[in-house]
Amino acid sequence: MRKHTATYTVLILCVLLLFAGNLVYGAVQIPLRSVFNILFGGGASEKATWTQIVLQSRLPQAITAILAGASLAVSGLLLQTLFKNPLAGPSILGISDGANLGVALVMIYFSAGSYLTTIFAAFVGAFVVLIVIILFSRKVHSNVMLLIIGIMIGYLASSVISILNYHASADKVHQYVMWGMGDFSGVSVEKLPYFASFAIAGIIVSLLLIKPLNALLLGDYYASNLGVKIKRTRIIILLCTGVLTAATTAFCGPISFVGLAVPHIARLLLGTSNHKQLVPVTILSGSCIALLCNMLTIIPGSNAILPLNAITPIIGAPIIIYVIVNRKNIQYFN
Amino acid sequence: MSKEITIAAQNLSIGYPLTRGKRKVVHASLDLRLHAGEVTCLLGLNGCGKSTLLKTLCGFQKPLGGEILLKGRPLSSYSRGELSTLVGVVLTEKTSAGGISVYELVSLGRYPHTDFFGQLKEKDHSVIAQSLDAVGIIDKADRYIAELSDGERQKAFIAKALAQECPIIILDEPTAFLDVSSKIETMQLLGNLAHNQGKSILLSTHDLDLALRTSDLIWLLNSQDPLTCGSPQELIADGAFERYFNLKINPQGSIYSSLK
Repeated sequence: MRKHTATYTVLILCVLLLFAGNLVYGAVQIPLRSVFNILFGGGASEKATWTQIVLQSRLPQAITAILAGASLAVSGLLLQTLFKNPLAGPSILGISDGANLGVALVMIYFSAGSYLTTIFAAFVGAFVVLIVIILFSRKVHSNVMLLIIGIMIGYLASSVISILNYHASADKVHQYVMWGMGDFSGVSVEKLPYFASFAIAGIIVSLLLIKPLNALLLGDYYASNLGVKIKRTRIIILLCTGVLTAATTAFCGPISFVGLAVPHIARLLLGTSNHKQLVPVTILSGSCIALLCNMLTIIPGSNAILPLNAITPIIGAPIIIYVIVNRKNIQYFN
Repeated sequence: MSKEITIAAQNLSIGYPLTRGKRKVVHASLDLRLHAGEVTCLLGLNGCGKSTLLKTLCGFQKPLGGEILLKGRPLSSYSRGELSTLVGVVLTEKTSAGGISVYELVSLGRYPHTDFFGQLKEKDHSVIAQSLDAVGIIDKADRYIAELSDGERQKAFIAKALAQECPIIILDEPTAFLDVSSKIETMQLLGNLAHNQGKSILLSTHDLDLALRTSDLIWLLNSQDPLTCGSPQELIADGAFERYFNLKINPQGSIYSSLK
């Protein structure tokens, strides 16, 4: 722990700085002093629209980014350890696509769906895919094959979504497509407590799983010999990733690459696969990356905002390629 | 023999269930005993059920029939937690442990003894240090598992089993893939653990020569006959190796006489 104090300090500073950055920087230019005034001084003297933007849009958006980044990153880590495959992740294994399909069904067929219906549908979708993956993981022992099955399930879900879209009206398709681009701004102040409670619950559970996760690094037989109740642990891990992925997908749309890439950033930063450090550092790095990506969606000097899913692969994909190319020299691959 | 019996089984039937209630029986009636303070080698040709037998004795799979007594109590009556302090294992399975240090690996052996969060106390640290010292890799404590040679890795996993503080250690082919000097070192280490610390050590191996020289007791297994137990000398005098492997072995114990 002491060895990694510097890592923790830097990461926490990064989260704070990026959080502040998210509040100050946006499509509408608001002077730093005004933002400060609005946040801490009541902001009575500031423009009403500015107060509205900072408190009703930027603040919940930044908090959402912190929670969503942490949720996706930690569920990626849990899946990578569970499947003993450093290339597993909620989007690769088709779990996000399952959640996606659930949301598509609700959005297109039950247009009045509240966000609770949406999150329920996302959870059911994510969970169905998880169960399918678990069933396959009993028959298919090669992890690469299992990943490919996950990718295929993802394609299947996408194709069902396309068929649904074909029959839907134009405005519903538009609504769905917009949601599919990924966005932290979809979570309003009213919705935030719901999203936060799912995300925080999942993150707390993942922190409680540190001890068995380390034992799982040795494989199921060794872990079981050390006293880990394998079946129960596996179910808890999958439920936890299911809740985290489903909640994030339902509220923010399917966000790619954060779950896959961030655990690698954390391992490379720390130089260890020990979950005692890896879980908290993955959570913090996930928040950092999400806050950074959210800032990058704003094109400087214009009102336009890029979709989040246009930014996350630019950061995520090179990391994955780097890790694969250098896998012979990276300890945790061997 | 006055030594304590740690594992005993009579009429044990091993194998695994197939679909629709069918079962694949690997071996039907095994009688066996494991003693404290002894190294026992399980010898047998590939496919005769060595791994299945070890997995059954570790509690990874259920016996199809018969009962295993662990320290006089049925194996099935132990919980996972209780078992983890009685039987430690070293397997051939590939792990994802490359990215943790030797010290962290051995500290996982303390899993059954630590609290919910796995905090290591002073006692745990001293047991880990002793285990590392016993296998002779204390100078490699900070190295990644991925950086170790095959022999060192085997020692690290044996240290993990030691840190578990189990009276019984079961090893699946611990000398496979090792070079000659690592093989001899590993067997000497296991001998020391049995004779000095009173551990019951059971290992499967294909190294007949090494097994004859270093084990106190040998279990011979093939797919047809009942399990034969005996000291290397007894089994050679009895001509058991000849029967089990279709080999000729002279009473001095050289396995190479059949090649002449």
